[in-house]
Amino acid sequence: MTLLALLGRWALTYVAEMGRMLIFMVASFSWLARPPLRGRQIIKQLHFIGYKSTFVVVLTAAFTGMVLALQGYYTLRKFGSEGLLGSAVAISMIRELGPVLAALMVTARAGSAITAEIGIMRITEQIDALDTMAINPLQYLITPKLVAGLIGVPLLVAIFDVVGIYGGHLVGVELLGVNAGSYWNSIEAAVEWKDVYGGILKSISFGLIVSWVCCYKGFYTKMSAEGLGTATTEAVVLSSVLILIWDYFLTSLFM
Amino acid sequence: MLKLVGVTKMLGGQPVLRGIDLDVPEGKLTTIIGRSGEGKSVLLKHMIGLLQPDSGEVWVDGVEISRLRGHALNEVRKRFAMLFQGAALFDSLTVFENVAFPLRERLRMKGPDVASRVDEKLEQVGLAGMGHKFPAELSGGMRKRAGLARALVMQPEIILFDEPTTGLDPLMAKSIHDLITSMQRKFGFTAVMVSHEIPEIFGISDYIAMLKHGKIAVMAEPAEFQRTSDPEIREFISVGGTMPLTKVVSGV
Repeated sequence: MTLLALLGRWALTYVAEMGRMLIFMVASFSWLARPPLRGRQIIKQLHFIGYKSTFVVVLTAAFTGMVLALQGYYTLRKFGSEGLLGSAVAISMIRELGPVLAALMVTARAGSAITAEIGIMRITEQIDALDTMAINPLQYLITPKLVAGLIGVPLLVAIFDVVGIYGGHLVGVELLGVNAGSYWNSIEAAVEWKDVYGGILKSISFGLIVSWVCCYKGFYTKMSAEGLGTATTEAVVLSSVLILIWDYFLTSLFM
Repeated sequence: MLKLVGVTKMLGGQPVLRGIDLDVPEGKLTTIIGRSGEGKSVLLKHMIGLLQPDSGEVWVDGVEISRLRGHALNEVRKRFAMLFQGAALFDSLTVFENVAFPLRERLRMKGPDVASRVDEKLEQVGLAGMGHKFPAELSGGMRKRAGLARALVMQPEIILFDEPTTGLDPLMAKSIHDLITSMQRKFGFTAVMVSHEIPEIFGISDYIAMLKHGKIAVMAEPAEFQRTSDPEIREFISVGGTMPLTKVVSGV
């Protein structure tokens, strides 16, 4: 087989996979328009994806804000601009670090678990059992997770931003002696509404990416323990890479 | 009621089913036997539309289901239930919730109506008082019983059993067989069972069908089946041991 043919086969395989993923997402969302809505399932998934990720998100946010303040302080001090520390921390958090790091944390904690859970359900024929009971597995299993990802990740990002800014305050103001008024005033002066809604848009799309990719990989896992391991790894890697790539595109769009 | 005509299926580039013609008798227990890897479970999954044939037809009471999708297929599936090899209980739900699941999710039933129907089924399969347990806390036999209770709770017209006694000790396998036959006699549903349990299945089945080289080689009543002249089939069934010729009907 020639190199060109191999390249063609590789490209076709990936295009077909992307098509299947897209159909999977559209089909899952289409169930929102058809009863029953399964509100209890959505709340259960929100609890799992959102509430149970709060601790790791708060921890990551606090230390991210703290290290950002530390780095920012020593850089800004060279120019005599320590007073701008608050804006540096807040803008970095709201525009980039909040959405990206919170989404990566959700991928690591909840996304991998979603893939494993759905994958085990596939291997143990629980998904087939749903089908035989005339209950659509997409509607019962996937749609609530996609909705929970769309709602949960933006809320976690909001928490991440606030905790991160307070983490920066702790190091910048309490430890390094930056004036508290300067810290908060610079945030108020520098942060614009477009930064906030840019961050919200990013977090919504990242929430979708995590839940979509992780559900898809679990749903179509191969019927073996090794296949499940591979699916979980692929889900985490693909979600993380897509988050970073999509972040670049959205940032270039908002700039 | 349930009929397959010329069903073929390739999986992983290999032909598995090569033209299945099978007419399942209504209200009877038909057991499909065959060597491992012959495609018995694949055949069963075609009957309920979990797999679609490459060619051929699957008829359920005058409806050809092999090209049906979505709502139309679900309407047909409402007449079925299936007991999977590993019971396929939802491991995040208790036994009670598992059995109640189709009532709540499909019929939108709530409250005491659900409880009374679930308790009745759990009692019938010998799991009274076990509703609070999770599947992981049950033995293999108890999981199969719970799966059977879930299959029975919607009072289906057709139940498919995919190797219901695999992995069980002989006594437990016998008790599951007795349970299946007693329930089938009591409720009169059409049953299709995939099994390796020779000779036990000759004592409990109304009909035996042998899947060989992707086709139904023989289908007959147990006594007639055992008189087959096909040497390969004779060898297959003889290694299982003594073959009772009279059907055992268990009490309900």
